Formats: sequence, C-alpha cells, structure tokens
Amino acid sequence: MIDPYQRVLLLGCGTCMTVCDAGGEREVSFLHSALRLAQAKSGDGIHSFLEYTVKRQCDPEFIDLIADKVSEVDAILSLGCGIGVQALAERFPDMSVLPGVNTSFMGMAKESGVWDERCAACGDCRLEETAGICPITRCTKGILNGPCAGTKNGKCEASKDMDCAWILIYKRLERLQQLEKMRRFYPPRNFRAIPRPKRITSKVSSTGEENG
Amino acid sequence: MANSLFEEKLYSDKFIVTTEIGPPKGADVSEMVHHIDLLRDKVDAINVTDHQSSVMRFPSLGGCLLVQEHGGEPIFQVTCRDRNRLAIQADLLLAYFRGVRNVLCLTGDSIDVGDHKEAKPVFDLDSVQLLKMIKVMESGTDMAGNELKGAPSLCIGASVHPEADFIEPQLVKFDKKVAAGAQFFQTQGVFDLGSLRRFMQYASQFKVKILAGIIVMSSARMAQYMNDNVPGIIVPQAIIDELATAEKGKGLQKGIEVASRLIKTIKQENLCHGVHVMAVGNEGIVPDILEGAELVTIGR
Repeated sequence: MIDPYQRVLLLGCGTCMTVCDAGGEREVSFLHSALRLAQAKSGDGIHSFLEYTVKRQCDPEFIDLIADKVSEVDAILSLGCGIGVQALAERFPDMSVLPGVNTSFMGMAKESGVWDERCAACGDCRLEETAGICPITRCTKGILNGPCAGTKNGKCEASKDMDCAWILIYKRLERLQQLEKMRRFYPPRNFRAIPRPKRITSKVSSTGEENG
Repeated sequence: MANSLFEEKLYSDKFIVTTEIGPPKGADVSEMVHHIDLLRDKVDAINVTDHQSSVMRFPSLGGCLLVQEHGGEPIFQVTCRDRNRLAIQADLLLAYFRGVRNVLCLTGDSIDVGDHKEAKPVFDLDSVQLLKMIKVMESGTDMAGNELKGAPSLCIGASVHPEADFIEPQLVKFDKKVAAGAQFFQTQGVFDLGSLRRFMQYASQFKVKILAGIIVMSSARMAQYMNDNVPGIIVPQAIIDELATAEKGKGLQKGIEVASRLIKTIKQENLCHGVHVMAVGNEGIVPDILEGAELVTIGR
C-alpha cells in the first residue's frame, strides 16, 4: 500500500482507536518499528517514516494542527477508523491517505481483549422494546418479530459461537416482566429513518452557518 | 370461493398431505418434472423451495409454474433472504397472475449456511411482516399504500417449530403469524410426537391448520449431520439409533419406515390436520412413504 510513497506519516488517533488498541499512540509506535525492521531486513527500502497521534482524526480542529507535518510527507497512513481516513482526505485534497486499519464495527469491550459489536447506528432504535438488546445488530437476520426457527441451545444458526439475540431478548423481557413488548407486531424497518449518507445538523451550529 | 384447490381441501375434513421439491441447480428441469409427475396425484400440494438452505437454485416461482404446467398444485415458498419488499411484492403479483395461489411465508435460512456465503443478506422483511404485507396487498394497495390495479388473493401459510429446544419464544412468534393472517402451518421436522401433542394442545385454540413436517432420513449419519448443521433440527437419539440398526445399503429403507410410522400415528391419533413430507433430495421415495403410512392415493 505504501510502496509508491517515500515519506509516510503514520498517524494515530487518540480517542476510540486508542481505547480499542487498534490505532493509538502505542500501535503507531509498534507499526513504525515493524516497518523500519522490515525495511532494514529487505535492504532495499526507500521509505522514511514520521509518527504522530492526534487527539481525534474525525474533528477538523485537531486535523488542522498537523498541516505542517502533512506538508513534509508524500502520504498519510491513518490508523484512525474509516471516518478518520475520510476526514483527512477531505482536509488534504492533494495528499494520498491510506487506511492502516480495517474498521469493522462499533462495539464494546466484552472482556480484556474481546470486543463485541453492539450498535449499527441505524437511526431506528428499538432498544426500548427489546430490553436493551439490539436485534438489528445482534441477530444475523436483523428481524424484528422474534426468533427464527434456526436457533438451537440459545445459539444462532449462522454460528454456534454466537448467542441468538431473540433468545436473549425473550429471557430479559421475561425477567423484567415486559414480555408484552415481544408480543406486539413490529412493522418493517424504515431504512430511510435517516437517509444515507446520514447527516445530523444541530440547531445551534446551523444557525451559526446561516449567519456566517 | 376458495383461492385454490389446496385451500378448499384445507377447510374440508380431509387429512392433508403435502410434500416439497427442491428445484435443480441449473436450468435442466427434467428430474424435477419427473418428480412432479410422480407426486402430483399422490399429494394435495407440492411446495417448491426457495433456495433451500441458502443454496442457489432454479427459482421457486419458476418451479411452481412447472408444477402447475404438469398438473400439480403448487405452494410457492417465499423467503425474505434474497429479495426486498419491492421484489417480493412483484413476485407475488406474478404468482397470482399465473394462477399460483398458495404461498408459504418464511424468513429464510441464514446466508451463512449456504453456498454463497459472501452474498448480502436482505431480510428487508421477516416472515410475520411478509404475511401482513400479503393481507395489505389483498386489500388493494401495495405496502406503501399505493392503489393496485388488480389485487391478488392468496392462501397463505407459515412455519412453526414444535420441537424447538426453547419453545416459548417460538410460540410468541406463532401467535403473531396467526394474527397476521396465516391460514396453515407447516412445522419444522417433527420426530417426537410428544412435542407435537403438546404443541397441538396450544395451537388448537386457533382456527389454523397444522401440517406436521416429516423429514425422511437416509442414514444415522445423515441424522447426526442434520443435528450438527441444519438450522433448528433436533433428531432424537432413539431415532438415530434405530437408523443405525439398518443393514448396509438399507438406510433409506429404514428412514422410510420411520417416516411412515410417524405419519400413520399422526393420522390414527388425529394429532393434527395433515403432514408435510420433506424427502430432502430423495423426492422419488415420497410415494413409498405414503404407501407405508397406508395413505391411499389421493387422486384429484
């Protein structure tokens, strides 16, 4: 990926990517060492690396702070999430920005070193009706009216390691004495609850923009 | 007036017998036609599966048209896995237009169990929503509320799993399917008649017809494979052991015996309204099973 570029900025992100051990200061430093080592071993490397970690790659105010560093390189290898990569590409139109991580999902730390997806950011939140367990994210079919017939031993037909979301929902609703929520009919999802690509405009900033 | 011959029989006192045919992987339908010819006069309706187990095949609706052209009564299996609400509504209009009037509404197996594991799972609707959508279409509008020029009228069914290892959530869903307008149910494979009896005690409060699913197994190995790999299926150890007693090469014969015995008991004890025989790739043996169960040729 970095082959065509001589000077590469390895850019970490100090917020979410740091928390999930994927692209913070520590990972940038590991990657930097690994790349230098690989280059030394192969003996024909031409790259020089610069490492840095910004507070948040998704925020123009923080990205602005690295403009001088960016002017010294031929490409940025971003260890931010997919949003960070795109925010950098928008801010630096003449610079190649490469994804250093493969952003997979929004999740939570289940235990040390284990992350589980929990939210699809769909804009059509059902968590009140499903006892705080998301069927859209955690059911492989994302269905809304109860389990399919493929569930066995509380697991999903798609993977024996994956809990059936609807069995979890049923048990938790039962525990909370709210099973009537599962007995309701839920109509098909509105996939345009927020049309994609999604945008949320807070009133304060939009007024500011209009005034500006 | 009934929507179909099958619907008419459903509301008679007759013990209903349906079966299913999986369309071919490819455009050569000769074997499927052979099976249709073999079965059309022996059962009340033939389901055509919709990419069963998420394995890509000749389409369900195309298969239903073949059943019809060859003198059989088709049940159009519709899953929500591969088509969004526009495509499903369109297919239902075509089905109705071409005289395919029985529809089985299913959510569909996960993409992960099939042969195109990298495909996009659609699931724009689930089975309950699909049933409701058909009722809306029958009332004269599409799902978005736009008027239909020519509304369909269909006999609709769904599936239920009496042998699920955790039955309560399945019953919640069953209730929703009944409320959404399902007229008949084909159950997942039933092996333990105790669970069918218990389920019928519950289901008999509703005016819906229940057809017990009968899966024909060809060996103890197949039964074990289904337990490990087929979504939801739980074959009891006693049946696996019985299949294992078959002499070499006689496994299928034993499987036919087991299936016939189940059907015979269901009919004798009047446990439910009929059976749905799933021969999973051995469609040709269905007449033997029915004969073994002493179900006379139905005739049309």
